[in-house]
Amino acid sequence: MKKTEVSIAGVTFKNPVMTASGTFGSGMEYSEFVDLNTLGAVVTKGVASTPWPGNPTPRIAEVYGGMLNAIGLQNPGIDVFLQRDLPFLAQYDTRVIVNVCGKSVEEYVTVVERLAGSRADMLEINVSCPNVKEGAIAFGQNADSLYDITSRIKKKATVPIIMKLSPNVTDITEMARAAEAAGADAISLINTLTGMKIDIHKRTFALANKTGGLSGPAIRPVAVRMVYQCAQTVKIPIIGMGGITCGEDALEFLMAGATAVSVGAASFTNPSAVTEVIRGIEDYMEQNGVEDIHEIIGCVQSRER
Amino acid sequence: MKQKKKVTGRVISQNEIAPDIFDMWIETGLGAQARPGQFVMVYPKAESTLLPRPISICEAEQTRLRMVYRVAGKGTREFSAYQAGEEIAVMGTLGNGFPVEEAVGRHAVLLGGGIGIPPLVQLAKALPGEKTILAGYRDDRLFLKEELAKLGDFHAATEDGSVGIRGNVLDALRAYAPDGEILYACGPMPMLRAVKAYAQEKGIPAYLSLEERMACGIGACLGCVCRTVRRDGHSHVNNARICTEGPVFEAGEVDI
Repeated sequence: MKKTEVSIAGVTFKNPVMTASGTFGSGMEYSEFVDLNTLGAVVTKGVASTPWPGNPTPRIAEVYGGMLNAIGLQNPGIDVFLQRDLPFLAQYDTRVIVNVCGKSVEEYVTVVERLAGSRADMLEINVSCPNVKEGAIAFGQNADSLYDITSRIKKKATVPIIMKLSPNVTDITEMARAAEAAGADAISLINTLTGMKIDIHKRTFALANKTGGLSGPAIRPVAVRMVYQCAQTVKIPIIGMGGITCGEDALEFLMAGATAVSVGAASFTNPSAVTEVIRGIEDYMEQNGVEDIHEIIGCVQSRER
Repeated sequence: MKQKKKVTGRVISQNEIAPDIFDMWIETGLGAQARPGQFVMVYPKAESTLLPRPISICEAEQTRLRMVYRVAGKGTREFSAYQAGEEIAVMGTLGNGFPVEEAVGRHAVLLGGGIGIPPLVQLAKALPGEKTILAGYRDDRLFLKEELAKLGDFHAATEDGSVGIRGNVLDALRAYAPDGEILYACGPMPMLRAVKAYAQEKGIPAYLSLEERMACGIGACLGCVCRTVRRDGHSHVNNARICTEGPVFEAGEVDI
């Protein structure tokens, strides 16, 4: 049996494959297609202190090799989440990472405090959603704000925190450094890249929000590059994501230095994609005589001349 | 039994029945569980296309499904080229479907506009009693007319006046079924708004099938919501998922 277990900030995961926030709900809908017990972790849809209605529709547009979304973090709020969604996930033998969003530092802190003592194994702090006007990305595009919110949340959190970084910055390593310096236990990247699509027949924006977050295979090389750069910069563990559809894709992120990976939009293309990513990694280990997944993590080297 | 399954079916036949309107029968066990007004997600094979396409069920039998769809982009263009024997990946059956039991003892009127016409076939087969079927077309290419005419009192409206009443299905409704007691409608949003206004004026129930851009099709991504009058039980805001709570809503429940 190959060893696929990884550990992030003292939390162990049976394998390094998770679901990406926002693409998997709280697991309930996909549980008809995926055995949640086989996953490294379920990362939930972002939850705020109160219910959020999100953006007007259309919220989705397909583009070449990817998709744009501008859901706007619609969520039922922390009360419903604690009563309905977390107990559902508690039935499964998998790690639960709760994604937290807010419009102000106080709102994030409220959610973090409500989650104290809950089933959440870790918290992922969403400071990188490009689709809401206040909060969220504003905290993730400036190193000082990121440092501030990270340190304030870290003081209140009773479980390790992961700061989810935006690729919509000039230098993502600066953000990774700020998160690490402020006490983040891990970082996850990348969130979606801001994009736009125009419907030339209607001469309108394809999305009601005009802009949306680009995800899917189209963004994978950008994500791999950013994971590699961050891995060279910080010591805290990295969860890598962006366009992963299969084991081979996930291995690129692991080799670039990610300790774990998340599968996002691929679940839309194939509802059991996350299962196939796990199997793909295991197959690679089998075929290449890799006994422990740690032999792969960060193993990438420069080409010899 | 799991109601939502992703399966590989096989194309039985495909015909272009009007410009860019295709009629495809596929062999799949999903036919046995399909209810009128439900839909399926169909997965394109091209790797540049990420998302499945939501397509309404036109007709269903034990081992077959019929989809009548319009070519609207890359995905549906790909489907339209499939020949008999081609494999096709489908997830279904999805959504709530039309409440046929509500029509018992009432004169039902089925209204379809353009590519909203196909789901009326299975609905008309399932509805008991007296029914009027009104279909709004652009021109004289009256796809599915023969079949619908066998299932109820059928009337067409055409935008160019080439066949039937000149105008839309609302004009046909006023002309041919002013005594209708329950409405079932599928079509473009302006038509659905007009059906809602008509039903409210008459004080009769109307069930509207809505459409929206979708990603997952199973209620996880929250891409395809519509505004609701009351707070939705799942979302806890005034938004319901068209793929899961819908696609059919009573007109008074939705803010369209």
